[in-house]
Amino acid sequence: MAVKTTPQTFGEATDPSSLVLRFGPDEPLRLEAGIDLAPFQIAYQTYGTLNDARSNAVLVCHALTGDQHVANKHPVTGKPGWWEALIGPGKIVDTDRFFVICANVIGGCLGSTGPASTNPSSGKPYGLDLPVITIRDMVRAQVMLVDHLGIDRLFCVIGGSMGGMQVLEWAASHPERVFCALPIATGARHSSQNIAFHEVGRQAVMADPDWCGGRYLEEGRRPEKGLAVARMAAHITYLSEAALHRKFGRNLQDRDRLTFGFDADFQIESYLRHQGMTFVDRFDANSYLYMTRAMDYFDLAADHGGRLADAFRGTKTRFCLISFTSDWLFPTEESRAVVHALNAAGASVSFVEIETDKGHDAFLLDEPEFHGAVRGFLTAAARDRGIDLP
Amino acid sequence: MTPNGSRVDFQLIADMIAPRARVLDVGSGEGELLELLRDDRQVDGRGVELSQEGVNRCVARGLSVIQGDADHDLVYYPDKGFDYVILSQTIQATRNPKTVLEELLRIGDKVIVSFPNFGYWRLRLDLFFRGRMPVTRDLPHSWYDTPNIHFCTIRDFVMLCEEVGATVETATALDGNGQKLGFSMPWWFWNFFGQQAVFLLSR
Repeated sequence: MAVKTTPQTFGEATDPSSLVLRFGPDEPLRLEAGIDLAPFQIAYQTYGTLNDARSNAVLVCHALTGDQHVANKHPVTGKPGWWEALIGPGKIVDTDRFFVICANVIGGCLGSTGPASTNPSSGKPYGLDLPVITIRDMVRAQVMLVDHLGIDRLFCVIGGSMGGMQVLEWAASHPERVFCALPIATGARHSSQNIAFHEVGRQAVMADPDWCGGRYLEEGRRPEKGLAVARMAAHITYLSEAALHRKFGRNLQDRDRLTFGFDADFQIESYLRHQGMTFVDRFDANSYLYMTRAMDYFDLAADHGGRLADAFRGTKTRFCLISFTSDWLFPTEESRAVVHALNAAGASVSFVEIETDKGHDAFLLDEPEFHGAVRGFLTAAARDRGIDLP
Repeated sequence: MTPNGSRVDFQLIADMIAPRARVLDVGSGEGELLELLRDDRQVDGRGVELSQEGVNRCVARGLSVIQGDADHDLVYYPDKGFDYVILSQTIQATRNPKTVLEELLRIGDKVIVSFPNFGYWRLRLDLFFRGRMPVTRDLPHSWYDTPNIHFCTIRDFVMLCEEVGATVETATALDGNGQKLGFSMPWWFWNFFGQQAVFLLSR
């Protein structure tokens, strides 16, 4: 696989195949860590056309290892956009009708400022010198992008998993700028179990000697083994026991019998190894540390005096939450807690739990009932917002 | 169901609701009542519905409906958050009708409850002469697969209202043809000839 990586940089991190919005030293991003990040940049993609009323903008927030390439061929992997099941011409989020924006989050590695970006004060990659980034920081950067695009009020903010956290943060901190919100397979805080899995992943990265205390880019090395193990462990949490059994069972990989060794005898082992190996080609290890930390730190209720309902008090935003029965990373109860808080706040909220065995990743897949709910919600909301077909 | 597809109690309920009120419909089904209320009464409506298909149909109609049920989800709504809370043809399917009714009275300024009257004469006859649990066009389930686990008569419901301190503002009974029974009739008459009842309560 062709990867644009030179020893000092991580491919797309510095020279993205995207639109790039640059902010100079006079326009810092005030981080929750209490530090101004400047200069910084946001890499983003847009699809469709902003209408004259500027009322048809849909902001898509990506998940942990996602990026801005939501509906186009990925510049590194060559694969289709990660949410093409949902977004594109004539699709549910119809780019003939909506102006779709997706930005790489701050702390990411596909062109927005992150740990692989150059630290202006040293001329070297930030590494761990980048302050810890939070979900709120990611959203603040998106607000600056949306301001730049001249959009006062987004028609919709949509995202799954970590993207869903950003949707909730948007709705809580900028309610007047969000007409409708679609947080999918997410929660208002990261659970202890989820923090635990993330810690396993981070420790795997840090245990790799090629991580070099985070300065691997300068050393011309990359902690591929550690990052691959992190991805393998995390990938299990995106699936479900039933889906794994249906897909792989105890089937053997290219062999008739057990080898009595530690090669990948089972298909599931081979599958996970493949997932780990391909992931390191498109993702920066330090960025993985920052992304997982951002999710761990997210606790929307804590940001509002411990009462989640207070995060949404007086909101006019319409919400539609969706969860999946077999998702054990963000189980339905997490979505339900948000729904109950929205009810307590008197918000307009819809919620549906979709029956599926595909686990957390169901939000990325072709799930007709899920897509039906999104289509119905968006269609009704677009009608009320006065967004017509062009 | 009436020939036009709208349940007979829906129009009755709609007539009780002031325009532009805040309404919570518990047991929204596919959203027929909420849609009627939105279009005819311009209400700010919310719903709770048990089934995924039902919620999806509601959401597609542009209604704000969450998947949940009366027994578990009402507790999360604030006191007097709605002008009206509606429980249509659902109380008999709840696990704790008394608790549910108390929650409804807490959440809503006014509460509208409609339910099938198990004291209806045809049902009494079924039990009296056939010695079998009644199965009718409106209550089509056999005893072993019915979702209706807490049937009551109009008289029973009135007594429950007294017990939880609810005031019956208006009550209407419908006969087997969906016609209102005379308002001046005594309770026993309603309890015998009413196939359905619609109550407007407050506390």
